[in-house]
Amino acid sequence: MPALSFLARERTIAAPGYSRWLIPPAALCIHLCIGQAYAFSVFNLPMTKLIGITQSAPDDWKLTDLGWIFSIAIFVLGASAAILGRWVEEGGPRRAMFTAALCWGGGFLISAFGAYVHNLWIVYLGYGVLGGIGLGLGYISPVSTLIKWFPDRPGMATGMAIMGFGGGAFIASPLSVWLMAQFTTPTHIGVAETWIAMGLIYMCFMLVGAAIVRVPADDWIPAGYVAPLQPKRLVTTENVYVYQALKTPQFWLIWWILCLNVTAGIGVLGQASAMSQEMFKGQVTAVAASGFVGLFSLFNMGGRFIWSSTSDYIGRRNTYFCFFALGTVLYALVPYTGSIHSVALFVLCYAIIFSMYGGGFATVPAYLRDMFGNRYVGAIHGLLLTAWSMAGIFGPVLVNYIRQYNVDHGVPPAQAYNTTMYLMAGLLVIGFICNLFVRDVHTRHHMRAVEADAEVEGAPVFGRR
Amino acid sequence: MENPQASSGNALKLTLAWTFVGIPLVWGVVQTLVNAIKAFH
Repeated sequence: MPALSFLARERTIAAPGYSRWLIPPAALCIHLCIGQAYAFSVFNLPMTKLIGITQSAPDDWKLTDLGWIFSIAIFVLGASAAILGRWVEEGGPRRAMFTAALCWGGGFLISAFGAYVHNLWIVYLGYGVLGGIGLGLGYISPVSTLIKWFPDRPGMATGMAIMGFGGGAFIASPLSVWLMAQFTTPTHIGVAETWIAMGLIYMCFMLVGAAIVRVPADDWIPAGYVAPLQPKRLVTTENVYVYQALKTPQFWLIWWILCLNVTAGIGVLGQASAMSQEMFKGQVTAVAASGFVGLFSLFNMGGRFIWSSTSDYIGRRNTYFCFFALGTVLYALVPYTGSIHSVALFVLCYAIIFSMYGGGFATVPAYLRDMFGNRYVGAIHGLLLTAWSMAGIFGPVLVNYIRQYNVDHGVPPAQAYNTTMYLMAGLLVIGFICNLFVRDVHTRHHMRAVEADAEVEGAPVFGRR
Repeated sequence: MENPQASSGNALKLTLAWTFVGIPLVWGVVQTLVNAIKAFH
């Protein structure tokens, strides 16, 4: 379509002299917006009182039903990233960012209509499905572009963007509360109006990112950078086709590495507040627990940048060895902090755990690039995000059900999480073993030069192995 | 050799772009820290 030709990949090739440091802010424009998903829970309580206003009326939405909004969005994130990854990779970052902006902003607008007519299915469709597609597209859209602009420091580059996803909640949470306060009256709760405002703000912010983003020319390399001619151990100079990657053990090992790291983290993420209050009854109030959660979120965000940048120096596999070895010790230590009533040690353990939870997300794109090359890293990353969707189900279920089982069988609440923490430590041991098995991808999976050229030109490729 | 005009243009774009994303991020982080400190008190 000629009107949309400005979205085409060839229209986004950077002119000589373009600074690559403009790409991280373009990526942050997207990730800071879609990171709102982590703060969606601020709407839960107001949404249970849309009719009753001061307290829930019988026709008001129930918290259990509202929980599905976030779950659908995270599930659709993984599914859309997996299905649309190749489309993102081949169409270029601007088209993907533009579409993500429309889906994410549009999801809010449709949800606002759902809140206005009080129909939860419309909210599921708006935020859950359409917003979820925006999440998936937005999450993967800048990844391969950043890696191509920063071949010398791919971990740092993707870490910066994915840090934005963690930081998005910090902006969204106070912004949502402030907007709701502006639109709420004694007879009306301003959720719909807040969503309209946020949808429009996010759409504009993300469109700025789409306007800024550029891809480097094929022959571009950073000044002073010498591309390695020979592959190093665990860092390839070849490319693997997106669906060929699925046939390699490396893809599935990294899938489990991400899934296990996220399962352990996400499982305790949602329970951090309740856990701290139950383990330290009388020592930690609800207000203090919310302060801890804020602090842990900062470590989650900071860890994304720090660990992924560190991985540029110590290697991706070693970084994950740190996550799994240190994580196992820290998860196993948490019950001990409860037994000695040391809140400070508990907070320290959790802070490091959350930094590694975030670090796991941020380091994985560079790990994939090292294994499968630059060409399809964004699409392969999209496929890998199904591990996140799975972990989003496994983690909270494990924590909640094991705790409930323990409480039902007479375990005191202060010790009800102990089994869970040991189980999480066990999951990390499995992750460590998966990481141990990661080797270079066999050369039979590499794209031949003729295939790579044909893919670049968009021509059909025959004889793919 | 780098064109000085292009270089100054880049500097302006870089400042604008990083300010555009930096202000909301810093604001959000400060809000979170303030709330966390309040909670600890």
